[in-house]
Amino acid sequence: MTRKQKIQGARAWLLTDTPDSAFQAAAGRFYLGLLEFFHNRLAVVGLLIILALITTAIFAPQIAPFDPVATDLANRLQPLSAHHWFGTDEMGRDIFSRIVWGSRLTLYVIILVAVIAAPVGILVGTVSGYFGGSIDTVLMRITDIFLAFPKLILALAFVAALGPGIENAIIAISITSWPPYARIARAETLTIRNSDFIRAIRLQGAGPLRIITKHIMPLCLSSLIVRVTLDMAGIILTAAGLGFLGLGAQPPSPEWGAMTSAGRSFILDQWWLITMPGTAIFVVSLAFNLLGDGLREVLDPKSDS
Amino acid sequence: MLRVDRLNVIFGLGAAKNHAVKDVSFTAARGDSFGLVGESGSGKSTVLNCISGLLANWDGTIEVDGSPVFHKRHMSFYRKVQMVFQDPYGSLHPRHTIDQTLKEPIAIHRLGDANRRVDRVLREVGLGPRFRFRYPHQLSGGQRQRVAVARALILEPEIILLDEPTSALDVSIQAEVLNLLQEIRAERNLTYVLVSHDLAVVSHMCDRIAVMNRGETVEIIDRRQLQSGSLKERYTRQLLTASKGYDRAAIDQFQDF
Repeated sequence: MTRKQKIQGARAWLLTDTPDSAFQAAAGRFYLGLLEFFHNRLAVVGLLIILALITTAIFAPQIAPFDPVATDLANRLQPLSAHHWFGTDEMGRDIFSRIVWGSRLTLYVIILVAVIAAPVGILVGTVSGYFGGSIDTVLMRITDIFLAFPKLILALAFVAALGPGIENAIIAISITSWPPYARIARAETLTIRNSDFIRAIRLQGAGPLRIITKHIMPLCLSSLIVRVTLDMAGIILTAAGLGFLGLGAQPPSPEWGAMTSAGRSFILDQWWLITMPGTAIFVVSLAFNLLGDGLREVLDPKSDS
Repeated sequence: MLRVDRLNVIFGLGAAKNHAVKDVSFTAARGDSFGLVGESGSGKSTVLNCISGLLANWDGTIEVDGSPVFHKRHMSFYRKVQMVFQDPYGSLHPRHTIDQTLKEPIAIHRLGDANRRVDRVLREVGLGPRFRFRYPHQLSGGQRQRVAVARALILEPEIILLDEPTSALDVSIQAEVLNLLQEIRAERNLTYVLVSHDLAVVSHMCDRIAVMNRGETVEIIDRRQLQSGSLKERYTRQLLTASKGYDRAAIDQFQDF
């Protein structure tokens, strides 16, 4: 069998109308989603940038030419050169190496925030939407309280109470970012809970736990994934903002927000100190937004035909 | 098999109070097919929802197999009574394959032997194994309704509640699904309670029929009466005339009941 025939065989297997196993059905569905996603060029660009970010984070020790925290005062504030691609900062540290190592911190923050905030949000939202009544009132008023504060200010207050540091910044951002997810999950649940397929499963004796986790959550998940991806940019900015204010990662760790903050006093004469980490924040935030847009087209049930 | 005695349902309070079902009583013996007909809003679906347990604010007596059911149903109730919904497009989970949909009740009741059961019930409703791993959006309306019937059958119930099972389907498909339901009833000796606004469907399917209007049973008739037109109540006669198609002269004589 030639290569071309093999590919055609695989396509036919994926797109068949009569799959033979649950795996084939799921794979076919995934393949169709993938095709739709790759139609959106910008989303693919976003995905590539994020993949590059992940690779950079994994291989940071191999990629970075210098130690990100080693100071060399004789070499401070060097402009861009073949030796120091992005120049050096006020302590003589290589900015390129710092940005490469900083990608680890950025990924660390967004992954942890997503892992903490999204499950809390979906759980609160679906439980509140499914049961309604007083449970709904209590959970939604708590959500409202969190929503009533500006995100960054509330995160600032939490960090101030918990003490500065990257872990506390993650906790603070997580605490402030779950309420929108709870709102989304609740809204989705309200439209789903009275549909016939939920009634049908209730008439088959399913309890609330099974209905919420197996029947409602999968339907909320797609819009939530989209929202979380779009929020990643906001999370990066909040983390950078906390770093900028000196409440996130502490020196000398190469956090992008803290780097822009340190470069602020040199903005007129040594522009690269603030521009390089700023650009990194901008590119990664943009990439998450593009990816989120692409995912929305594929996953959002409302855009289903 | 099923006895409903003086069932009352009241929605809302005060000025918004709506007495949706008033003193409805009927019985259906094992193997019977009982029909509930009436216009929209006559309370026929509400009766069905009370029996199934979807509605909890009812008064009266509902007995299944000689024992009364309470507002909160026991797990064994769901193995005796199952329901088929009106809209085949809304009654199947859009992200579950047919296989998942049919295996779910088996998992809930821990019956085991899932693959064999799913395979058998799919054959019984006339869908081969090749439909098993499809998603609902890959099926036609009639095929979806067959899946809904299969889902009701998989727990091997004794009573099946049918809420307008064919009204969302094409006319050509309606007959197929109705015949399928008849065959299954004969084979498994099931008891049906069928709700419909379509007298033709009811007279094809049911031995005895309760005619409902504004929450009350107007009369309980049998199939012979319906086919010969020997009806006591004027409302029932009017409903029969209306079901025969548009007739200007007849409509001008219609009254509000």
